[in-house]
Amino acid sequence: MSTYIGKSMKRVEDPRFVQGKGRYVANLALPGMIHVAVKRSPFAHARIASIDGSAAEALDGVIAVYTGQDLLDSGVGSLPCGFTPPGIKTPPHHPLAVDKVRHVGDGVAVVVAEDPYVAEDAVDLIRVDYEPLAAVVDARKAMDDGAPLVHDDVEQNLSFHWPLGDADATAHAIESADHVVQLEFSNQRLIPNAMEPRACAAQWDGSTESMTVWTTSQNPHTIRLLLGAFTLGIPEHKLRVISPDVGGGFGSKIFHYAEEVIVPWVARAVGRPAKWVASRSEAFITDAHGRDHVTRAELAVTQDGTFTGLRVTTWANMGAYLSTFAPLIPTALYITLLSGLYKIPAIFGEAYGTMTNTVPVDAYRGAGRPEASYLVETLVDLAARDLGMDPIELRRKNLIAADEFPYQTPVALAYDSGDYQRLFDKAEELSEYGRLRRQQEEARAAGRLVGIGFSGCIEASGPAPSAVAVGLGAAIGLYESGVVRVHPTGKVVVLTGSHSHGQGHETTFAQIVADELGVPIDDVEVVHGDTDRTPYGVGTYGSRSAAIGGSALVKSAEKIRAKLTELAAHLVEASVEDMVYDRETGTISVQGSPETALGFAQLAFALTTADNLPEGMEPGLEATSFYDPANFTFPCSAHVAQVEIDRDTGEVTVVSYAAVDDVGNVVNPMIVEGQILGGIAQGVGQALWEHGMYDDSGQLLAGSMMDYAMPRADGFPPIAVDRIETPSPHNPLGIKGAGEMGTIAGTATISSAVLDALAPLGIRYLEMPLTAEKIHDAIVAATEGGGA
Amino acid sequence: MRVTISVNGREHARDIAPRTLLVDFIRNEIGLTGTNIGCDTSQCGACTVHMDGRAVKSCTVLAVQADGSDVTTIEGLAAGGELHPMQQAFWDEHGLQCGFCTPGMIMAAVKLVEGTPDISGDAIRHGLEGNMCRCTGYQNIVNAIKAGAVAMAGGES
Repeated sequence: MSTYIGKSMKRVEDPRFVQGKGRYVANLALPGMIHVAVKRSPFAHARIASIDGSAAEALDGVIAVYTGQDLLDSGVGSLPCGFTPPGIKTPPHHPLAVDKVRHVGDGVAVVVAEDPYVAEDAVDLIRVDYEPLAAVVDARKAMDDGAPLVHDDVEQNLSFHWPLGDADATAHAIESADHVVQLEFSNQRLIPNAMEPRACAAQWDGSTESMTVWTTSQNPHTIRLLLGAFTLGIPEHKLRVISPDVGGGFGSKIFHYAEEVIVPWVARAVGRPAKWVASRSEAFITDAHGRDHVTRAELAVTQDGTFTGLRVTTWANMGAYLSTFAPLIPTALYITLLSGLYKIPAIFGEAYGTMTNTVPVDAYRGAGRPEASYLVETLVDLAARDLGMDPIELRRKNLIAADEFPYQTPVALAYDSGDYQRLFDKAEELSEYGRLRRQQEEARAAGRLVGIGFSGCIEASGPAPSAVAVGLGAAIGLYESGVVRVHPTGKVVVLTGSHSHGQGHETTFAQIVADELGVPIDDVEVVHGDTDRTPYGVGTYGSRSAAIGGSALVKSAEKIRAKLTELAAHLVEASVEDMVYDRETGTISVQGSPETALGFAQLAFALTTADNLPEGMEPGLEATSFYDPANFTFPCSAHVAQVEIDRDTGEVTVVSYAAVDDVGNVVNPMIVEGQILGGIAQGVGQALWEHGMYDDSGQLLAGSMMDYAMPRADGFPPIAVDRIETPSPHNPLGIKGAGEMGTIAGTATISSAVLDALAPLGIRYLEMPLTAEKIHDAIVAATEGGGA
Repeated sequence: MRVTISVNGREHARDIAPRTLLVDFIRNEIGLTGTNIGCDTSQCGACTVHMDGRAVKSCTVLAVQADGSDVTTIEGLAAGGELHPMQQAFWDEHGLQCGFCTPGMIMAAVKLVEGTPDISGDAIRHGLEGNMCRCTGYQNIVNAIKAGAVAMAGGES
């Protein structure tokens, strides 16, 4: 039936990218453009005694130096937090610090210059007199008595406490359990490192008193809303925000950043177009980081391997300020996922969100859900080991069955659909799990450290029903917009509030609309990322675009089909009920009378001449829909990895990796597989290499790509990818999110494999990242202690 | 300082500050923005171009060092309105997502496979040591480079 949906269409956006014609913000050059550079704090925590910009201002080519006070005096507002559950403390976040600096990288002043090199020179000439203060960097220690206060009015550095679940029932389950697996661990801080550093440009038009802002954002409408209502103070109807091609986001480009306020402010103050482009060093100390939890968890299990309760306390590091969606991540996207794929009758989870002298932490690919899956899957592995059961068998024993959907967990969510046993079957088959275990036995007998990792993960994707999101504390609804605009010749322009920064919407959304209307895909153009061209939209994150943005387009296409069908009935003098819309050919005819067929373009033109329309029908052919889903969708995964550890060096080699995912129906299998593969690489990155490590004084030790171990091509074997499809009942396309599953599963799977490899040495658990050094030290300690 | 650099077959003479990086010369002086800047430390390879027949990271070359050189950027790779075989292979094999690392990745790949149409997946993975991609997990990049290597050899023979 479908001509395009379900096919691996090559991407229409690629010719421009492979030829270097990408339209990234940093490429923008406007006549008279000036350049902004930011003076940033080298201290994690210090009072600003004075700022002297005179030497910088005296430098040839420097136009001005501005401080946080200049912005404040002109009425610039604090960067708001968009998720505020009851009782939360939201300290102010000025685009440039005015009283004290609270993390290394906190901006204190900006230089505006004719040339970016001169701007950088001038930054070095700004003299800031700091009075350094003691710093706190650890999420849990931040609450200790006597810990330095990041914000004077946030006692104990505690921004919020978020409990969910039945504490009493869970306590009872744990107290009465045959066996309890306990673990305390940290889920380390990660630094997103999209390959394109953030950038912002702005142009003020004095004739209309309107501002255009170009920014590397995943959600330009949200940025316009926040600029208009909170920070910049230019009203929303005088603001245009454009996010053209954006070079990856992974969450880090959702948020409203200081430079998005500063650059347009400068453009208006100086009266010339202005631009700022982050260096990678700036990206490390200003892009919102991810993860950074300290957690205590207990899983109660019976002797025969039935899960009876799970209790979790997490201290979530919020960093120095609350980033746009930061409090959402360790709460409604984390605690709610603690049931995993399993029936666990009693769950209680609580998160303490604490302020520290570190870069703000917010959503990074997976955002709360990788932390939840890693926690659950790690505890389950430990339980299997304690009980002497095969880890897959233990999981299978507790899986939610295919006939139990919708499944209501004890932590708020109702899972939509799934067939976890079949998912596991396919993963065992694809990975040849039985063979891997036999090989492992032989390898172990030969003294080699070979591990098999398994994980079964779940994700809540496609946030969310707006009423639920706002009820939990979100400041905006989470629907999506979609316009289908048909031109007189039958050519179609699609406007979406979703944003593509690598996902390939220009291809997949065209596939959807072309199929819905029965037109050639080459006749469909997808437009996104410009608030003056598309209706208000929510943007792209949380693996929501196809499920929600795609569904909005389906709804608009339905309206187009209905209008055309009514028109065709009028023209052939038949009743609407007798008409058939053929979605393969884009023709409408009387049922059983193909000779009455009218074509799509013909009908579109009839709405342009508009001389013979049914009574009451308006001319023109355009439909707008705002789609608000009834629920999240719940993709899931079963991944298997084999690793081998070099006993002498501790280095981990990923030998094989097999991934089976259920992301519901798939629009473009090539793109979905690409997302899964890329996601896995980021997940493996957390398990083995990446760590945004701070020292106790708040200095970021991993502050460049020389120090922060990014995944590289030689870190991976070829990865086998397959899937099952259980459609989501919550959207017309039956889609579940595909963008984050790989990351969620990759971390849990590789950690599982490494710990499995080390199990014969009596090593029970090691925190991520599982670096060669850490493993080597653990092997030495274990073999010395055990006398092996 | 006066430099004359041939970029994609056209000579460009400019008076520049001695500290001007080749990548800034290409992007800001010549206006060819296909060469992207992804890091400050020569790690990511997004800025890879060809200079006198070798792949170099243009963020780590001073424009004055390129004086008198022949430089090819991603914009100069396609010829006669046809994509270069490596560009075509990246498209065919879905070797890109956000596209930001892609110009550097393609420029590095062309030099990596020159003369080795049967290059192995392992050799490609090791050869990409200086090029980072955050989107793809590299697998489809490796597939693209394999396909591109074959296509390039076919085109030459």
